Amino acid sequence: MSLTKAERTIIVSMWNKVSTQADSIGTEALERLFASYPQTKTYFPHFDLHPGSAQLRAHGSKVVAAVGDAVKSIDNISGALSKLSELHAYILRVDPVNFKLLSHCLLVTLGTRFPADFTAEAHAAWDKFLSVVSSVLTEKYR
Amino acid sequence: MVNLTAAEKTQVTNLWGKVNVKELGGEALSRLLVVYPWTRRFFEHFGDLSTAEAVLHNAKVLAHGEKVLTSFGEGLKHLDNLKGTFADLSELHCDKLHVDPENFRLLGNVLVIVLARHFGKEFTPDVQAAYEKVVAGVANALAHKYH
Repeated sequence: MSLTKAERTIIVSMWNKVSTQADSIGTEALERLFASYPQTKTYFPHFDLHPGSAQLRAHGSKVVAAVGDAVKSIDNISGALSKLSELHAYILRVDPVNFKLLSHCLLVTLGTRFPADFTAEAHAAWDKFLSVVSSVLTEKYR
Repeated sequence: MVNLTAAEKTQVTNLWGKVNVKELGGEALSRLLVVYPWTRRFFEHFGDLSTAEAVLHNAKVLAHGEKVLTSFGEGLKHLDNLKGTFADLSELHCDKLHVDPENFRLLGNVLVIVLARHFGKEFTPDVQAAYEKVVAGVANALAHKYH
């Protein structure tokens, strides 16, 4: 599955707006993930997961920064996320099902903050883009 | 059976009270067909679904979306017995419509995103979590009579 030119254009242009709220978007997406899918907390026994915690904010920033890296190298997401892909495969080993859950929560967060920009086409493009990112992050699992 | 606390049930019904079922139903179903184009396989008789634009303005899609969301809304009145409430519809979707239950989960996800778009900040993580339980419960209820 690869992104069409039109889809890449949508992602890159929306990213300009999104990146201005990058940190809080990441944090909110994680809060939504842990609220809706409590089983995902099992990957963070070492974190304080209360909304607003410093660790949550730092980690949310990290996650969205990585998404931003993928956007900036949208023609070569595999290359841009290669190290992260190895990290997830050999160290973190987050079960692949969880990438869908976090992707969904990122879409929900974008929907609440950018209702006008998040048209049906934008929704489709972002769903596909996050799906590609998820594939890249799990491609070295076995 | 869906496991909602009393507070969650209140959050769900309060938000639902503000939902324009016609508008959001049309949006949810049309977004399903745009975001997951393979779902169009069930609606070839609806006419032109060839582009996102065509889907978003297709009168049959919008009407059907309203029907679906109205039914969902009925379910919200029977959160303690979703399986019973949706038993007949479950049989219909299996025996006559031949719809893979995975599609109920896809539509549930799209509905949550549509709610997020419409309610913005009001659609807090806790409200979302309550709705995720509801859409999962409805999807399971609709799949329950499959054989």
